[in-house]
Amino acid sequence: MGAYHGHHPDDLTEAEARTKALESLMREKGLLKGDIVDDIITRYETEIGPLNGARAVAKAWTDPEFKSRLLSDATAALSELGIGGMQGEHMVALENTDDVHNVVVCTLCSCYPWPVLGLPPRWYKDAPYRSRVVREPRAVLREFGTELPQETTIQVWDSSAEIRYLVIPQRPAGTDGWTEEELIPLISRDSMIGVTVALDPESVGA
Amino acid sequence: MSAPDLTTLPAEAAPPRSNGELVFEKPWHARAFGMATALTEAGFIEWNDFRDHLIEGIRTKGQCGVEEYFERWSEALEAVLIDKGALQEAEISERAEEFEHHERDEIF
Repeated sequence: MGAYHGHHPDDLTEAEARTKALESLMREKGLLKGDIVDDIITRYETEIGPLNGARAVAKAWTDPEFKSRLLSDATAALSELGIGGMQGEHMVALENTDDVHNVVVCTLCSCYPWPVLGLPPRWYKDAPYRSRVVREPRAVLREFGTELPQETTIQVWDSSAEIRYLVIPQRPAGTDGWTEEELIPLISRDSMIGVTVALDPESVGA
Repeated sequence: MSAPDLTTLPAEAAPPRSNGELVFEKPWHARAFGMATALTEAGFIEWNDFRDHLIEGIRTKGQCGVEEYFERWSEALEAVLIDKGALQEAEISERAEEFEHHERDEIF
């Protein structure tokens, strides 16, 4: 079937061949049609990402009423911003303070709040992070360049149930009077997983 | 869901994304991801069924790195589609062999 043009890349791995077989058969049976798969990929690569989470955090930093709504019912508060959907149905927001620093993991697989943070980074899906952050969170955070005061308690949240977590990092000092738009660049994906803190205002050249 | 049009945001709003890593390392990772997501959104498969297979696969076969992650992902999708009776194991193996032997060259 089909001429072999001689410019195939390396041989397919078994997983790659089976994945192609799935798509080929599903299309043949009419269960997948048109650009539906491409559209999803594009959407997750370009439209849904950590910027959504950063918008919510920046709003929480500047609007105390929104913050209290976010902390009491994150799913509803996020939907006010038009953020929601698959894997974001049961959101819980966790506020970092001087006393408590929250960090999120999925020890069983890779549950992750897609609508607020996009797709999980590779380290989040890897066994070393999944097993170590529970046992030795302070050491893992240090590897991300995050040094917390000894008196700060590190609370690790396992998102293996239906619940997905969004960490609200502490607002950096020196940002009084900043608007949401100015604050957004300080809020990195990693700070909303809890492995880092928000970026230093100096670092964004403000 | 309605996703915001992020292309209208100024460049300085980008850093949360700019420190992101590559989402997919290989095209087939994206295809496997896109298929499972599309079929869930269409209501053809249940996300929890897929998730259970993914968890079980990672637990029993182990997983380290992106490639193995998407291997488990693809296996979970296959298992769900077989459970549903949409596909049969034998036809998947046969079709996969055709791809491996370049008897088929559909590009997705």
